[in-house]
Amino acid sequence: MGLFGYLFVWFTLLLALCLQVMPLPDAWLVWRPDWLGVLLAYWCVATPQRVGVIHGFVLGLLLDLIEGAPLGQNALTLSLLAYLFLLLYQRFRVYSIWQQAVLVFVLLGIGQLVEQWLRTIFGPISVSLEFLIPALIGALLWPWLFTMMQAVRRRLGIG
Amino acid sequence: MRPIKPLFSYGPVPTYRMLLCAVLAFGLMFAEHRFSAVESARSHMTSIVAPIQWLVSLPSEGVRWGAMAFSDKQSLIDENGRLREQLLTLSNRVQRMASLTAENVHLRELLNAPNPDDVPYITAELLSLDSDPFTQQMVINRGRRDGVYIGQPVMDASGLIGQVVSVSAYTSRVLMVADANHAVPVEINRNGLRFIAQGTGQLDTLNIPSVPATADIREGDLLVTSGLGGRFPQGYPVARVTQVKRESSQAFMEVSAEPIAQPERSRYFLLLFPPAPPDASGLGDPESMARQIMWPGDPAHPDAHRISEEALKAALRLQAEGAP
Repeated sequence: MGLFGYLFVWFTLLLALCLQVMPLPDAWLVWRPDWLGVLLAYWCVATPQRVGVIHGFVLGLLLDLIEGAPLGQNALTLSLLAYLFLLLYQRFRVYSIWQQAVLVFVLLGIGQLVEQWLRTIFGPISVSLEFLIPALIGALLWPWLFTMMQAVRRRLGIG
Repeated sequence: MRPIKPLFSYGPVPTYRMLLCAVLAFGLMFAEHRFSAVESARSHMTSIVAPIQWLVSLPSEGVRWGAMAFSDKQSLIDENGRLREQLLTLSNRVQRMASLTAENVHLRELLNAPNPDDVPYITAELLSLDSDPFTQQMVINRGRRDGVYIGQPVMDASGLIGQVVSVSAYTSRVLMVADANHAVPVEINRNGLRFIAQGTGQLDTLNIPSVPATADIREGDLLVTSGLGGRFPQGYPVARVTQVKRESSQAFMEVSAEPIAQPERSRYFLLLFPPAPPDASGLGDPESMARQIMWPGDPAHPDAHRISEEALKAALRLQAEGAP
């Protein structure tokens, strides 16, 4: 992967970060897919040699700064997410696309769960199962996102 | 062309990197909790992400501008009429306020009580509401350059919004009264009973804990800031009581209230600069708090009862003058 490929990876990840923090009406917030998690997952699965834990950490720190969360909260969650996907990326190569989506849901859900735990450490929050919705929608988006990104990646010759 | 060596290149299962990241993340969380240096470093780092914050606020700005540019004449005329009506009502109220303020100043002079000062303020505009569904915060376009400080009270046109929790050079973050981490000392406007209003995490509900079953509190009561604690100036509207649940077997009632401010509809806010509370520096927190409490006959404050005595004299004098 050349410089161009590397820039493209960071461009898509920053785009996902922007989508992640885009202001939305209050009622829609829980329906926002976990953009950053899904895209980080894609790059971890597609180019496990290049994208990984440190990328998750840096993006998580940026997200912490933007959201005003305790510094390190999202950094830990996203680096853990990247780690889990790196552990399992070989399975993704043999799974069908919907099996992949189920696995993505499970892993994103674990990420969200860890994030909720960290939140409860830092103060009272209202706990409900709604925190799984972003993981679910992210997983439903996975087949399309994966197919599209694979096509774009082949077209641009990033590998 | 030889490919450029990537910044972070490693094998597929980077367990050591994960451990390093986890240690770093926990270290950061702990350090931020403990050391104020990290907090100030954070406020500088927040300036790095300011471009992203500005970028993501563009679409909603665009939608707002587009809506204004393409809204038809009739709706503009309607809005104009509505604003004129509001202006009329408000100016009517201001005229009455002027005479009431004068009367209030006069009465306070008669009682020898100090006059409360006007609270100076600056205006601020909303940059973004929080993108996280589990916290209630927002970012405004005033920062350290404008004199914003941590703990500063924030208002909108109708009531208290919350307080500033972190400040960077050009922006600052506001914790809203509805956040589950926020509590504000309030009193009932009608009778002066004092309580604490706690956020619940839902924008439209506050919780009032520890209300004795005999307290005189009703649905529709206005809760205003009590000024206790020294953070919020006294007398700004916070919430209206929506529900009072009495159960005869319980010692306390369940009371909930709805915030008066409308953070999801307002775009412009006021940052207040209340006068500093009496100086109690050099004392520990509990002690300085204890020093601020006084009561008539308190040996530590021999002049605590003097105001009421002078008030009594003034009242007697008034009565004597007023008698034919």
